[in-house]
Amino acid sequence: MALGGARRAELRDHQKELQNFQLRLGLMATAILIVFGALLLRLFYVQVIQHDYYHTLAENNRISIVPIVPNRGLILDRNSAVLAHNYAAYTLEITPSKAGKLDTLINELATVVDIQPRDRKRFRKLLDEGHDFASAPIRTRLSDQEVARFAASKYRFPGVDIRARLFRHYPNGEVASHVLGYIGRINKRDLAKLKELGVAPNYAGSDFIGKVGLEGRYEQELHGTTGFEEVETDAGGRAVRTLRSTLPISGNNLLLSLDARLQNVAEQVFGERRGALIAIEPSTGGVLALVSKPGFDPNLFVDGIDTQNWDLLNNSPDHPLNNRALQGVYPPGSTFKPFMALAALELGERTPGYSIGDPGYFTLGGSHRWRDWKLGGHGVVDLHKSIVVSCDTYYYGLAHDMGIENIHAFIGQFGFGQRTGVDIDGEVGGLLPSEAWKMKRFKQKWYPGDTISVGIGQGYNLATPMQLAHATSVLANRGVIFRPHIVRQVQNSQSGALTTIEPAPVGKVELKEDSVVRVTEAMVDVMKPGGTAAVAGLGAEYRIAGKTGTAQVIGIKQNEKYDERRVHERHRDHALFIAYAPAEAPTIAVAVLVENGGHGSSSAAPVARKIMDFYLLGKEPQVEKAQGAQEEAVND
Amino acid sequence: MIDRILVYLGRHVDSYLLAAIGALLVVGLITLYSASGESFARVGNQVANIGVALLVMWLAANVSPHYIQRLAMPVYVIGLVLLLAVMFFGEITNGAQRWLDLGITRIQPSELMKIGVPLALAWYFDRYEAILKLRDFVIAGIMMAVPVLLIAEQPDLGTSLLVAAAGFFVIFLAGLSWKIVTGIVLTALGCLPVLWSLMHDYQRQRVLTLLDPSQDPLGAGYHTIQAAIALGSGGLFGKGWLNGTQAHLDFLPERTTDFIFAVFSEEFGLFGNIVLVTLFLFVIGRGLFISFNASTLFTRLLAGAITLTFFTYVIVNMGMVSGVLPVVGVPLPLVSYGGTSLVSILFGLGILMSIQTHKRLVQS
Repeated sequence: MALGGARRAELRDHQKELQNFQLRLGLMATAILIVFGALLLRLFYVQVIQHDYYHTLAENNRISIVPIVPNRGLILDRNSAVLAHNYAAYTLEITPSKAGKLDTLINELATVVDIQPRDRKRFRKLLDEGHDFASAPIRTRLSDQEVARFAASKYRFPGVDIRARLFRHYPNGEVASHVLGYIGRINKRDLAKLKELGVAPNYAGSDFIGKVGLEGRYEQELHGTTGFEEVETDAGGRAVRTLRSTLPISGNNLLLSLDARLQNVAEQVFGERRGALIAIEPSTGGVLALVSKPGFDPNLFVDGIDTQNWDLLNNSPDHPLNNRALQGVYPPGSTFKPFMALAALELGERTPGYSIGDPGYFTLGGSHRWRDWKLGGHGVVDLHKSIVVSCDTYYYGLAHDMGIENIHAFIGQFGFGQRTGVDIDGEVGGLLPSEAWKMKRFKQKWYPGDTISVGIGQGYNLATPMQLAHATSVLANRGVIFRPHIVRQVQNSQSGALTTIEPAPVGKVELKEDSVVRVTEAMVDVMKPGGTAAVAGLGAEYRIAGKTGTAQVIGIKQNEKYDERRVHERHRDHALFIAYAPAEAPTIAVAVLVENGGHGSSSAAPVARKIMDFYLLGKEPQVEKAQGAQEEAVND
Repeated sequence: MIDRILVYLGRHVDSYLLAAIGALLVVGLITLYSASGESFARVGNQVANIGVALLVMWLAANVSPHYIQRLAMPVYVIGLVLLLAVMFFGEITNGAQRWLDLGITRIQPSELMKIGVPLALAWYFDRYEAILKLRDFVIAGIMMAVPVLLIAEQPDLGTSLLVAAAGFFVIFLAGLSWKIVTGIVLTALGCLPVLWSLMHDYQRQRVLTLLDPSQDPLGAGYHTIQAAIALGSGGLFGKGWLNGTQAHLDFLPERTTDFIFAVFSEEFGLFGNIVLVTLFLFVIGRGLFISFNASTLFTRLLAGAITLTFFTYVIVNMGMVSGVLPVVGVPLPLVSYGGTSLVSILFGLGILMSIQTHKRLVQS
């Protein structure tokens, strides 16, 4: 009984344990179902509710947008000669984030390709300038041999790649450098400007931007529209295939009014002298030639100028980077006189027959004498002779009689004292003084004595060579004003359509035909025997209307005589000359400035003559023997 | 003749289990072909692995549970010795000492303990079946704890937790009192801070990453984020076989092994996942059924533990890929590429078959 009971108890226990086990197994089964249910809910959440979000992420993962840089527009002269173009070359670029220690890396690279200290310096500079670029070039324009050598040992250089890139090239080197300007790498300032203009996205792949000259001014035309390629990439960033692409649109071409051959001749004739020359087509305002000497080779800037060359350019006492034609201000000197003469005739201040007796000086009755450049004077002088012999005394009196406000109002119409609006940035406005200007500038009233020197283009008068050329062009064009411009047409890169810039005159100076003829005839006689530029006008086969000028660099005391030989070269007077030809129907107007050239007749006028000979007759100039070849000078 | 051979060969094979296993293996091969970048070599390797593993399963299925029961303790002891050997002579790879070089081949003794611990515990409880007392549970706990601690020391936290889980399932099914179960769960929760302080940096990193993968998107969080992108972009119906961009463009790491579920999800979507989960549920359900009907305590406990461990692998892997559990190196059973895990899984399932079929023979 007891035994049986124990047995039953054991059996019951056994049964109970089995039930207990099965209960627990059932619990686990339930738990498993719940856990799998939760898992499926989670999967539902991720795969259905968050599907769009993750879908986008997956697409972003695999698709990267690669910008395709457009070809920069070309710059062509009026005869379609190429002044700026692009060519493809290989560069060796380092991506610092992927490369290890840069110094060691570059040292090792130097064993494979030629790396000069200047390359290192330039690379450092590019890095220091803190570009947002992923990579910076250590070498540009690799030879095929170097490309092959590097490719063979590429595995040794992580983060270093060879890239084919387009480079800007200026085939004429220094010629027209101040017109073309140059492109350079985009720096932080450029980037800020692009953002301000709202065009930064268009520069996504661009490394270069026009900095100065036409390259800078017409940047938005030249750059073109960046294309995009949607590339499927793997996790390593390697492109697997292209999904879609939008081709880039090349930049527009600039067709200039500039004549490259004339420009070339002008620069040749200018030689080593410092100064500026501008030739304008009066009937359109188109700039035919624009010289600022010394120039520079814009090709140096294209992939980041190295420190050595930069120092050379930047520290030169000749300031080759300054565009003298637009930024240099000089007293216009006697080249101002034809405009004074026009003012006298138009305002009725002088009649053509009115004469003065020139004692060699002008006085307001006090002890101060305004001296004529010719000791003892020119004798009896009328308006015609005042221009031909460049009589100062005549214009002292004329200026006094007209008063500064009349001078300012009339001559201001020719563009003195304001920017001409030529299509290169950085132009300065010069200075045509007035009572209001003096009050504002010096808080002083205008004295009658201040007016006297203004009459001969001295005193407060300051003008850029560009302004002189512009004023001459307006005179040659009988008062019709065209804004001077270098770019004549913009050619659409896709359609080839031409957009002509500024075809219409922007204003007119009201001039009587008689006044223009009288001044022109006087300027024609300047170029003839007895005139101040007779030597430069010798044997001309067409009629030139010209006027010489001299701008003082240092003041001369009342009783001192200016002696060219005793003055330091850099303190010598600047030589000026303005002219247009043929006088009866001008097709070219020229202004020449030769810094420290002495008299306008001796150094500036012959330059103008040679380029007019070339432009009008196709006559090649004879090669200059030496700087400032001395021709016998008639004094100014 | 052939029929008779097939019948003979299939005597101890459970056809329900075999069907589900076969389906999962085929899913694995299909996914592997895509995940490996359409590599026949990889698929061929895996087919060979499957062949070996199925042979192991067949052998296990043909061994009577009595023999398995007799081998339980020797396997456990050998495993323990090998673990100790690893501790003193093991190779160090990736900062962990897990492998033992036997001259001919390298083995990972912790893998053996995944089956060794439940075997030994089931054997112990079966032996003292009639008079199970609290003391027995304490002894069983120690038998489980020693290898778990040794494995954790290597360090291999993932495997040690899986071994602990296998042991715990046996102890729980053997009838550990609810009070103590509750106590253990609470203690475990209370020990989390202690565990945290014992963790290695990379382990802590994984846990932190789970909480906020975006904190380290290219480092520790990369796996989790890319897997979530694969799953999420797969959507309801998936991108289609061989069309998974996350997998084919190399964004998914470990995509043939631990993260193969992400590849499957990306290409077959939520519907594919439901099918996959159903197949796993079928295997687990059949395992629980076998355990439920097993004739001895040893076979009951062993079958239950094998099934629950299998479930644990599945849920840990899927939970990891879908971003609810930390990243631990656990492959998806029967689907992930790799021979070792396949052999040990199918060995376990072979034992299940043995338990089921031998009982039937005994009954008949």
